[in-house]
Amino acid sequence: MKTPSSRRSADDRGFRLGTGFFALLVVLLVTGIFWELFRNSHLSIAKFGFRFWTGKVWDPVSGEFGALPFIWGTLYSSLLAMLISTPIALGIAIFLSELSPKVLRTPLAFLTELLAAIPSIVYGLWGVFVLVPIVRQLQVHTPEWMRKIPLFAGPPLGVGMLSAALILSVMVIPFTSSVAREVLRAVPYTQREAAYALGATRWEAIQAALRFGRTGILGAVILGFGRAVGETMAVTMVIGNNPQVTASLFKPQHTMAAVIANEFTEAADDLYLSALIEIGLVLFIITLVINALSRLLIWSVTREVKVKTSRPVGTMAFKAPKAAA
Amino acid sequence: MKATRFLLAAALGAALALPAATGLGQTVQINGAGATFPYPIYSKWFSEYNKMHPDVEINYQSIGSGGGIRQLSNQTVFFGATDGPMTSEQQFAAPGAILHLPTVLGAVVPIYNIPGVDTQLKFSGKVLAEIIMGKITKWNDARIAALNPGAKLPATDITVAHRSDGSGTTYILVDFLSKVSPDFKSTVGVATSVNWPVGVGGKGNEGVAGLVKQTPGSIGYVELIYARQNKIDYGAVQNMNGEFVSATLDSVTAAAAAATKAMPKDFRVSITNAPGAGVYPISSFTWLLFYESPSDKKRSRIMMDFMKWALTDGQKFAAELGYAPLPQDIAVLAMAALKRISI
Repeated sequence: MKTPSSRRSADDRGFRLGTGFFALLVVLLVTGIFWELFRNSHLSIAKFGFRFWTGKVWDPVSGEFGALPFIWGTLYSSLLAMLISTPIALGIAIFLSELSPKVLRTPLAFLTELLAAIPSIVYGLWGVFVLVPIVRQLQVHTPEWMRKIPLFAGPPLGVGMLSAALILSVMVIPFTSSVAREVLRAVPYTQREAAYALGATRWEAIQAALRFGRTGILGAVILGFGRAVGETMAVTMVIGNNPQVTASLFKPQHTMAAVIANEFTEAADDLYLSALIEIGLVLFIITLVINALSRLLIWSVTREVKVKTSRPVGTMAFKAPKAAA
Repeated sequence: MKATRFLLAAALGAALALPAATGLGQTVQINGAGATFPYPIYSKWFSEYNKMHPDVEINYQSIGSGGGIRQLSNQTVFFGATDGPMTSEQQFAAPGAILHLPTVLGAVVPIYNIPGVDTQLKFSGKVLAEIIMGKITKWNDARIAALNPGAKLPATDITVAHRSDGSGTTYILVDFLSKVSPDFKSTVGVATSVNWPVGVGGKGNEGVAGLVKQTPGSIGYVELIYARQNKIDYGAVQNMNGEFVSATLDSVTAAAAAATKAMPKDFRVSITNAPGAGVYPISSFTWLLFYESPSDKKRSRIMMDFMKWALTDGQKFAAELGYAPLPQDIAVLAMAALKRISI
């Protein structure tokens, strides 16, 4: 005959084991993916070694594979997309959480989130039929002196890095803005009240709120970056798919996800397939590194906040001396 | 009362269902995978065959020639399909001898978008190779003008659009260009994906066609079927006899007919740049792949029966779907080759 308390502790243990198992599944999954990618790309790793990361030639006919143009294209397009989308997404988030009239708030929030629900192939089609012709007109009307700058060099094709960056930024906005909005909404109202009490203007009060929520906002931006790095379909439809390392916004380029999607089906010989899987491995490693760096960034920002605000809040006050010792 | 009626109904249902299950036997499922290019005709064939033999269900995944060869070698599918014949290494890597059977023919056509040009342009293989390699960069280049005396060629830059995905279409084109231009062969070479010296890549026929349609001064290549279905104008290409031939079902079939005499026993033959009059030079067979000594005799017998039908009555479906049917002689050779499958 079990007592209620022993039953409870048995339940607790079962629950803990169950959830612990699920958490472990994630670890297994990640290591499993890494291991499979590594195992299946051993041919290419053995043949090219580190040269794979720096090689610029991708020639399936002669069996020479280098991933640099794809790594470049992925990072460059994602960074450009971040540059374009972050101010817009933050603007949307601030307007919706701080300034918007109540009537507009729900429909606007709904519409921004709807952007995230559009399948990427639809973005791609929109890119091909609407965005690319507009970008081409932009390029056609770029003055001659501007084209001498490497950033704007290249023929007016429409497809290329600029189109890819623009489409990516549209796709990333809903992610960044909805997370940033949630973060701003989670900022205690007392923060703003305190600012107002000190005679702050509305803009200054919002700044205070932004400062309070900056780790979360940084997280929102990085979430958007992660989304941009892995995006495949829409990018491949507008980027021009020509592997080259160039800073030009007008030239066609290529990304890691796009080359895998494009070439995997017809990759018949072993080395070729292995090289494509190694591209997957490189993408996996780069994503891990970006995530680790963002953790580091968030951690350094929170630490800074803790040092600056010397108020003894909750557990933090108890933990601080331990960490110092 | 209700219960007995229910039981009666159930018994009746079972009695009706039983003969259907035992009498006709179970449905036989046969799985294949491979090239995307012949998918429309294969799916038509498999569904027509299923109408005649309701107990046979042939499933085909159009995952690409490379994937088809791989899955056949791993024996995860019963048959494969490819647009480019298997290489000797690939055949060596497979666990058994593999038979290539030609089924229909396809062709690749050059498409272009040049403002002001409304006549059909003519290309020689050499000039086409030089355009695609980026060695001819303007439309009014003397080499293009020499082939097209009547056309008003503008002084605009040429943009080359190619496939970004690995494709049998690319294979057929570069196979032709490598035959006519040693320079192309050494700098680009032959494969389903190549290292393009210049240009932009579009995914699929529709991607390339879209790029060409939108970019003034561009040239690209698509399958003949795709150009016909979408009413895209395409250029004529010079064949070995020196004639400029526009791709039609007849000129493609003629290319295969020209290859009949020199047909190797294993059908692994490229018919690009085939000799003969009226031949369209960028043509190719597409093949189904079978093991010559399969362990599953029952499925093999069914597939042989299917092939006999596809090579005879099935050919009539080719033209309406935009494929060139096999010339009679080749179909006869393929029928004879079926005997090599031991069942």
